[in-house]
Amino acid sequence: MPEEITLRVSRYRPETDAGPTFQEYAVPLREDWAVLDALNYVKDEVDPTLAYRWSCRMGICGSCGMTVNGEPRLTCGTFLVDHAPGPIQVEPLRNFPVIRDLVIEMTDFMHKLGSIQPWIIRDESADDASVELLQTPSEMDEYRRYSMCINCMLCYSACPVYGLDSKFIGPAAIALAQRYNLDSRDEGAADRLTVLSEDEGVWACTFVGECTRACPKGVDPAGAIQRAKLVAANEAVKAFLLPKWARG
Amino acid sequence: MNEPRTSPEPFLWLLFSAGGVVAALTVPVLLFLFGLAFPLGWLDPPSYVDVHGLLHNPLTRLIVVGLCGLTLMHAAHRLRHTVRDGLQLQRHGDAIAAACYGAAALGTAFATYVVLTRL
Amino acid sequence: MSGYQQRLYRQRVPLFWWLSRRSYFAFVVRELTSLAVVWFVVYLLWLVWAVGSGPTAYQRFLDRSAEPWLVAINVVALAFAIYHTVTWFAVTPQAMVLRVRRRRLPGQAIAGALYLAWLAVSAVLVWFVVIK
Repeated sequence: MPEEITLRVSRYRPETDAGPTFQEYAVPLREDWAVLDALNYVKDEVDPTLAYRWSCRMGICGSCGMTVNGEPRLTCGTFLVDHAPGPIQVEPLRNFPVIRDLVIEMTDFMHKLGSIQPWIIRDESADDASVELLQTPSEMDEYRRYSMCINCMLCYSACPVYGLDSKFIGPAAIALAQRYNLDSRDEGAADRLTVLSEDEGVWACTFVGECTRACPKGVDPAGAIQRAKLVAANEAVKAFLLPKWARG
Repeated sequence: MNEPRTSPEPFLWLLFSAGGVVAALTVPVLLFLFGLAFPLGWLDPPSYVDVHGLLHNPLTRLIVVGLCGLTLMHAAHRLRHTVRDGLQLQRHGDAIAAACYGAAALGTAFATYVVLTRL
Repeated sequence: MSGYQQRLYRQRVPLFWWLSRRSYFAFVVRELTSLAVVWFVVYLLWLVWAVGSGPTAYQRFLDRSAEPWLVAINVVALAFAIYHTVTWFAVTPQAMVLRVRRRRLPGQAIAGALYLAWLAVSAVLVWFVVIK
């Protein structure tokens, strides 16, 4: 195995640069190193000015998403040996504005997550406050998959619709809405429907399916979106056919 | 509290889905028969009397119009999004939608005309 | 704070984004199968018009349909139509969660049912067009 591998890293310094450029670094090609380890090596030993986000380095915090050789990946889970002999191109996540180097602006994403009210909505007046709400294992299975999202934004980076139209609410937000809509303790599906049934909600999705392919946690946001479309379409037909007093 | 304006999107999507199922189930075999099997002599085409009798039936005529209408709506929905996204014409989204669904409506109207007046 | 302004760099989506990855290209091909569906409607209405115009017009349609250029178009259209069917059946199980007595139906069961339906509908159409 060769000793080193080259990283081609996108650099953008807003105080001096008009746009991004690439800078190459030679890093040790260690068998157990991920791209994140290589970036940490660069920052510690070679170039402390490199800016990037990371935290848990084990695929659960969702911080280290970047574009590696054109694909949206968690750099802590992308291994150097799988891309040998390289060079490995590391760029910021696509479809987001770049703040500096590999750091992207994620405020839009945070707003979209909040817009679907990601919490249990229920009338608590009949609940006994001294006892927790009960849920069977099969009730939890209904939404379990959609609860696995680590907010890493790889799905937004993979989605061509979001890239072309940043008003699209996006895969993770809809999957998160489904996580609550399908939770037996929740009663807020109608509230979330207002946001989901907007033109830039579920209807902007064309079922490319890239979000599901990019997701490192198996959430299947594409499936969640199509299921949400069916629910939203049913509600629209009911609203159209039934007068207000007859609707549930 | 004002009712939000009723968006056409859910209904367009339902028509697209129905058209997609219909197209998936019927188009391949019909294209195979009338596009390959009969012209290339693999199977004998129906006689004029048989095919005329089949198409003249009011139920068949209804099915033909339904087939054309649903599949055209399916195609219009798909092409509307593909043209808008593939050529990055987001600004003209409404115009593209009107053109696609309008063409589908015209096509369905023409199919109805053919089935009613020419059979 | 230093009063330093953030200058965000906005990455542009390239015009040919759909050529940059195999999965994007496969998606666009899938969407363009709708052109084959449009052709099918045109061809069907052409047939109906011919049948309505009399036996000679019908025979002329049959003869015309044997010409190489038209056969070529129909071969391509048939390929696209089959691709539509196959991709449609591949994604339908992902989009629908069906339950039989509280157990979720596996995706393969749904796909199998769709292919059976395809076979059944095709058989019915062949019977009406060719045999009856």
